[in-house]
Amino acid sequence: MLLILLGVPLIAAIVLAFVGDRRYAAEINILGSVANFAAGLALALEVYYHGPMLAGRQFFFVDAFNVYLAVLTSFVSMTTAVFSRRYMRREREHGRIGAIRMRFYHAMFQVFIFAMLLCLLTNNVGILWIAMELATLSTVLLVSLYRTPTAIEAAWKYFILCGVGIAQALFGTVLLYFAAEKVLGEGGDALLWTNLSRVSGQLEPTVLSLAFVFLMVGYGTKVGLVPLHNWLPDAHSEGPTPISAVLSGLLLNVALYALVRCKVLVDGSTGTHHAGNIMMGFGLLSILVAAFSLLRQKDIKRMFSYSSIEHMGIATFAFGLGGPIATFGGLLHMLVHSLAKSSIFFTVGHASQMHRTQDMDKIRGLFRGNPLVGWGMMLGVMAIVGMPPFGIFTSEFLILTATIKDAPLLTPFLLLGLAVAFAALFKRVQPMVSGEVPPNQKPMTVANLPVLLHMALVLFLGVYMPDFLNQWFHTAVELLK
Amino acid sequence: MHLNIAAQINSFLAALILLTAFGMLVQRRMYGLIHLFAWQGLFLSISTAVVGFVAGKQHLYISSVLTLSLKVILLPYILHVLTQRLKIQREVETIVNVPLTMLIGIALVIFSYHLMAPVRELSTLVTRSTLAVGLATVLIGLLMMITRRHAVTQIIGFLAMENGLFFAATSATYGMPLVVELGVALDILIAAFIFGIFFFHIHTTFDSLDVDQMARLKEGD
Amino acid sequence: MSIYPYMIEIAQILILLAVAPAFAGWVKVLKCWSQGRGSAGLFQPYRDIRKLFSKDVVLAENASWIFRFTPYLVFGTAVLAGGIIPVLSVDLPLAATADVIVLVALFAIARFFTALAGLDIGTAFGGMGSSREMTIASLAEPAMLMAIFTMSLASKSTSLSHMAQVVISGQSVLRPSISFALLAFILIALAETGRIPVDNPATHLELTMIHEAMILEYSGRHLALIEWASMMKLFLFVMLGIAAFFPWGIAASGDLLAVPAAFFFMLLKLVFAGIGLVLIETGLAKMRLFRLTEFLGSAFLLATLGMLSYFILE
Repeated sequence: MLLILLGVPLIAAIVLAFVGDRRYAAEINILGSVANFAAGLALALEVYYHGPMLAGRQFFFVDAFNVYLAVLTSFVSMTTAVFSRRYMRREREHGRIGAIRMRFYHAMFQVFIFAMLLCLLTNNVGILWIAMELATLSTVLLVSLYRTPTAIEAAWKYFILCGVGIAQALFGTVLLYFAAEKVLGEGGDALLWTNLSRVSGQLEPTVLSLAFVFLMVGYGTKVGLVPLHNWLPDAHSEGPTPISAVLSGLLLNVALYALVRCKVLVDGSTGTHHAGNIMMGFGLLSILVAAFSLLRQKDIKRMFSYSSIEHMGIATFAFGLGGPIATFGGLLHMLVHSLAKSSIFFTVGHASQMHRTQDMDKIRGLFRGNPLVGWGMMLGVMAIVGMPPFGIFTSEFLILTATIKDAPLLTPFLLLGLAVAFAALFKRVQPMVSGEVPPNQKPMTVANLPVLLHMALVLFLGVYMPDFLNQWFHTAVELLK
Repeated sequence: MHLNIAAQINSFLAALILLTAFGMLVQRRMYGLIHLFAWQGLFLSISTAVVGFVAGKQHLYISSVLTLSLKVILLPYILHVLTQRLKIQREVETIVNVPLTMLIGIALVIFSYHLMAPVRELSTLVTRSTLAVGLATVLIGLLMMITRRHAVTQIIGFLAMENGLFFAATSATYGMPLVVELGVALDILIAAFIFGIFFFHIHTTFDSLDVDQMARLKEGD
Repeated sequence: MSIYPYMIEIAQILILLAVAPAFAGWVKVLKCWSQGRGSAGLFQPYRDIRKLFSKDVVLAENASWIFRFTPYLVFGTAVLAGGIIPVLSVDLPLAATADVIVLVALFAIARFFTALAGLDIGTAFGGMGSSREMTIASLAEPAMLMAIFTMSLASKSTSLSHMAQVVISGQSVLRPSISFALLAFILIALAETGRIPVDNPATHLELTMIHEAMILEYSGRHLALIEWASMMKLFLFVMLGIAAFFPWGIAASGDLLAVPAAFFFMLLKLVFAGIGLVLIETGLAKMRLFRLTEFLGSAFLLATLGMLSYFILE
């Protein structure tokens, strides 16, 4: 099952590298992603019934924490593939992209999915790093796909800043291996997360704290935590919208997953709350900086990228806080944010295509022009700012509750960030969706299904937590103690 | 006592690696930078082979050969070809003047020595004293990326960081497991191809590789 | 109280006086040979000095006592410095009191007075040379001291004889700190002795002169003494480098029989030093003046790196 999950994107990538510019390329993309999702669901069911599993001679490890992220990844990539079909076709018609680049785009899309899944499912901390780097590298050239000066600049910044960050993470991994070697002996076994978590109490605390600092800087750059976030608004706004959707929705989650895995090890070793405090600090800083930056944005995708930074800050804060409520909230947050943000990006993509610009001042009258896009955006924003009955309200509420209980002095800051983001997003989106249809808006057929599906799920999760999800999260919370 | 000689050789190579790092920091000429980077890779691969000999680990020989082929031959060759093909200007400007950069470099060396002191206490390996040099090389590579305005030098700084990391890995733990090292080498290779492609894009779009040109995406725009 | 150390001391000074011009001649011969010119012979500097001694001294009207006194002072300090550096043997009576810092101070005194003499007459070129020389000195001296500290870390003393002894007794071959210090020392030596790439000793263009500009007004026996002293300074710097970094061949303490062998080794090392110096001089071009800060900054950097690597790696 695992092999299918990992093998499908690879095969799809190879196929698409050759036929990616034909008319049915997008369909192949969708097909691959659907197969992927099916495999992911099957794997999830297996883990749900039989508990965590090791596979491939301890090379892969699937437990509740990463299997739900894996299912999420394959799901969102599937819906994004559906969205991408309409969107890229339109881009092709507008002439923004040529034949070879389409092939490249499709092939790299699948490679990216493969890298993310490898990152989630591997047991080896070293391979985790390699997969993360691979995920970054596969998207770098996608960000610069349009070859405009700003796109190239964004991609360059992304490459350099994430490269530097990832190098720090490698140093942290080396230190981790150094500490592990003393206890577990040499060789690949010392890097297996299952072994490490088993002996985490025996790992040297000084080395692990030092390693965590480097890992925090490294993987934190990928999560987009302030002050290492400079690449994020540019990279997420300059690439094609399907890429923005998967970058915002999925890659940030995967990086946070890596960070949390390392935090568990460090907590087991040092026994103090240092790692958690560092994460809380960075998370809170990200929330505040991102919220205030939202007010100044003119480009629509940039604005929503800052929103991603803010929400990742909330999730990091939650995982840093620790404890069952906050962790549950964090897990739920990762899930619903991913769904809501990618849905927003779908609508944003269509809106910008309709107006041929990403400037928010020029986008108007979406309710009248294309009700699906307009309402999709409105509901998406309502979801993302945390209005009930959407799922994000639930997760933010849980996190706030935990904060009031464990770190009451930080609650006002958290509330401030959330409130400012609320106001800023509404202020910006309101004029975009209401009003008359402007002359430069072109009508078009949009991909309906992804947006509807995502918003329905977010709404559903806000109202009712299905049993298996509940179970999953509880198991994950246990693992992350 | 060949353990002692090997330790001395390793320390000497560490010093040379640090020297090449500083050399790259102050070097202005593009070809000089590329050659220094190649030398650094050479010292790195010799050091890996020496450690492999002392520790009796076969996989370090493989790493050494990998480093040699990748960082001494392939990457400098790619950079050389790119420099010629894109007719990159020979001299690079620095943001901070050279003596100040050198002083900051020295400060970074002291800082990394201080930072690595607890790890050094715990290590039982022959190579433990060179861990600080590894971190120093990483930080100097970072400094190089910050203080230069040219895309190629930023990439060389990045690759120098990777060198430092590799050296730190070899000195702290006699090298990471082979599968990890292979993966890292693969990533570097892919990164090399990507930045090669990048240079062409940047050059065609901006007509120069000066990173200052790429400053359009600012806040509030 | 053995008189052998004193004999060795006197022998060293005599060798200094006698061999220094020959070394300068050797460097010139090699340079000419490498540039494809015919040279004036190995012993030309002797002839030059003899010629200058037989000439009249021409003094400017407003020359003060500093101008007349400086050549003797410079010559004297060079001879005195020769008494400190172990050339033949580490057994020097002055070694106990005079160490490397004293050496640096001696050269500093000489340089100070030369600079004053350059300013003394009031010509434009003299002043220019003095200011340039002082710029170089202000950058080179810290670097030199740092390099010396690095060397003294290994031998735990700043006395040159002791340093040489420690390295001869063969404690370690490849010490990173000493290698860095060696590189730094080479750069500093090039600056102090006024060779390319810092200053061109054979230049006749006043605007490019540094050392020559200061002594432009000298003539007769004054000029002879100063020329001889600068040849001795080059010789001394080479011997300093050899004593600190390559002291094998220098007779150990009390070993009188090894002294002639030491003399032979000294000549051999001088030959190679000359070759090395000429390679550097023909291979590099004279640097522009404002680049000198970087050059000497690199020397300082290397010396500091040497010191750091002593603590980090050893």
